[in-house]
Amino acid sequence: MKNEMPLALHIPEPKFRPGDHPDFSDMRLPAAGAAPRPDTHANARDTHPLVYDLIRVLDEAGQAVGPWNPKLDPETLKRGLRYMVLTRIYDDRMQRAQRQGKTSFYMTCTGEEAIGVAQAMALDRADMCFPTYRQQGLLIARDWSLVDMMCQIYSNSRDRLKGRQLPVMYSSKEAGFFSISGNLGTQFPQAVGWAMASAYKGDHRIAAAWIGDGSTSEGDFHHALTFAGVYRAPVILNIVNNQWAISSFQGFAGGELTTFAARAVGFGLPGLRVDGNDFLAVYAATEWAAERARANLGPTLIELFTYRASAHSTSDDPSRYRPADESKCWPLGDPVERLRRHLTALGAWTDAEHEALVEELTQSVRAANKEAESYGTLGTGPTVSASTMFEDVFKEMPPHLRRQRQQTGV
Amino acid sequence: MPAMNMIQALRSAMDIMLERDPDVLVFGEDVGFFGGVFRCTEGLQQKYGKRRVFDSPIAEAGIVATAVGMGAYGLRPVVEIQFADYIYPATDQLISEAARLRYRSAGDFTAPLTVRAPYGGGIFGGQTHSQSPEAIFTHVAGLKTVIPSTPYDAKGLLIAAIEDDDPVMFFEPKRIYNGPFDGHHERPVTPWAKHPASDVPDGYYTIPLGQANVVRPGDAVTVLAYGTMVHVALAAAEDSGVDAEVIDLRTLNPLDLDTIVDSVKKTGRCVVVHEATRIGGFGGELSAVVQEHCFYHLEAPVQRVTGWDTPYPHAFEWEYFPGPKRVAEALRQAVEA
Repeated sequence: MKNEMPLALHIPEPKFRPGDHPDFSDMRLPAAGAAPRPDTHANARDTHPLVYDLIRVLDEAGQAVGPWNPKLDPETLKRGLRYMVLTRIYDDRMQRAQRQGKTSFYMTCTGEEAIGVAQAMALDRADMCFPTYRQQGLLIARDWSLVDMMCQIYSNSRDRLKGRQLPVMYSSKEAGFFSISGNLGTQFPQAVGWAMASAYKGDHRIAAAWIGDGSTSEGDFHHALTFAGVYRAPVILNIVNNQWAISSFQGFAGGELTTFAARAVGFGLPGLRVDGNDFLAVYAATEWAAERARANLGPTLIELFTYRASAHSTSDDPSRYRPADESKCWPLGDPVERLRRHLTALGAWTDAEHEALVEELTQSVRAANKEAESYGTLGTGPTVSASTMFEDVFKEMPPHLRRQRQQTGV
Repeated sequence: MPAMNMIQALRSAMDIMLERDPDVLVFGEDVGFFGGVFRCTEGLQQKYGKRRVFDSPIAEAGIVATAVGMGAYGLRPVVEIQFADYIYPATDQLISEAARLRYRSAGDFTAPLTVRAPYGGGIFGGQTHSQSPEAIFTHVAGLKTVIPSTPYDAKGLLIAAIEDDDPVMFFEPKRIYNGPFDGHHERPVTPWAKHPASDVPDGYYTIPLGQANVVRPGDAVTVLAYGTMVHVALAAAEDSGVDAEVIDLRTLNPLDLDTIVDSVKKTGRCVVVHEATRIGGFGGELSAVVQEHCFYHLEAPVQRVTGWDTPYPHAFEWEYFPGPKRVAEALRQAVEA
């Protein structure tokens, strides 16, 4: 048969560009509380309707509804709110530090705070996290030292990574926070390997990994799902769909065709699609997946549906490729405000308490920053000795590196 | 002391390490029940169980990535890449991840994995089963690269590699798995059993990484070689009658500079031999270090005998392969210069 029609390509295009008025009214948003909650021992197939659904707990009035409500006590909720507010203030402080020339680079997680914070709280402190560069909330919710984090940002004399890593690429085995790579998605199958090792040793710890919507296009994403499924690794595989991979909208990762959670189906994994701006939904889904992993039922794929409210990084200007007010129009709101409203609706939180919290945390971040700056900044020093750049390439320094260190004269 | 071929020696190394260290596990495509396409892991699953020796999906990047994660946990995974030609999908995990994990986490996380990969030509494997990609990995800070040339060395070096706390690329010259092929393809291969280097102790021993071996002392010219090419170089020395000192590098990174420099200063001449293509090959690095450290002792230009700068041609591999004739010619040129 001769093809009479000239063939054509489809190049995805986001719905709105700068100058457009963003209108998300046609977005299908299932009501809070509507998604069913399968038993944690359910067959993977039982979750498959949920990969196209959206698990939501907090409704528009700030009430927690439906079977996914994790029924957290007010003290836990307040702790969650505290960590989210702290994460936002920390981000704001470090973003300004970058503008002041104290560091080269910074990435905020504005709008995505519920993910790092709720997931850290739903996991055990001993579980190992394999994050991307936008889950600083994991460290903060694990009460990791802000000064330590800032010293990494400033590449100063107390930088535990000795000035080798781009700011925000933290690493702390003690905090259960795996070294961040700039090569996207590489941590996803590594987390599977770590989880396999934990299972091999009969350990009790599970692993959790995060990847962005854009990076699901990387081969490593698919390797992770294959290996996790094949060996039934105790791992939670999270896709943070924040709609944007720098300036490429999620359609370029296949998001126009299906949901990211639906990738679970072909691999035989359970999958959940979750409102990523809903602290309670994120917590509940993570708890569900962790329970499965701990019961040797294997991995779970979770899509956290959210919006990257700020720029990709301090090197990015999102107003060049999307409407400036798009984040404000995002129909799932702001995670911090939603949890605050919930606590207020419960009668467990007041505006005065919130203002006092913001003030307290602002002061503590300011104090931490002052201390961190006393150990130096990238702009002004001091830094660790440059001679340390030859350390840790190998466990023992081989002769050629010893010679090169001598040549630098440091 | 039993005679072993290289496959048996490699298997013995893995056997010993599986026995000694519960943190060692072995996996890769077909390595479990079947024992690997070259049978290097044959019997290990039966002995240690499928929890410790198992098959993997056909995904080199996934194999290496999960090994990196296991290493970060504290295990010592030994993975097999079926042919070195298939390693390229895993290069990001090797180059960007395994090699730098210790560095970027300042020692907090490490990747003590061993990547075994049969490499090199001479088995009519065409351009997808014959490549020598060692130079790619020697260029990477944080990776060690090891290539044995005898069963004895293969076992001692593999044990050292598995015990090493850094990621090690362990390339196995598959042309000499069964015997010390000397490049005379028209002659039958002599099995390892008739070679002194096939005397391999049953038990544990190591050969330290980073130490070369002078396999043939001589005064006229230094030959730097590794893997199959060590045997080709020995044949060439014999055929040419040139009193060549043949050095088996054994480890390309870290390189045993002292042994190389001492020898070239003594002979004043140097020929470098490898199977890989010439441009950007490891021979360039060897020529450069000889020039840097021995320039005033050199009496002839450093010569390179290598594979040609083409993919490996299936039907013409003996024209491609740097055989003893080409090496002997280089030796004569070096001493006559």
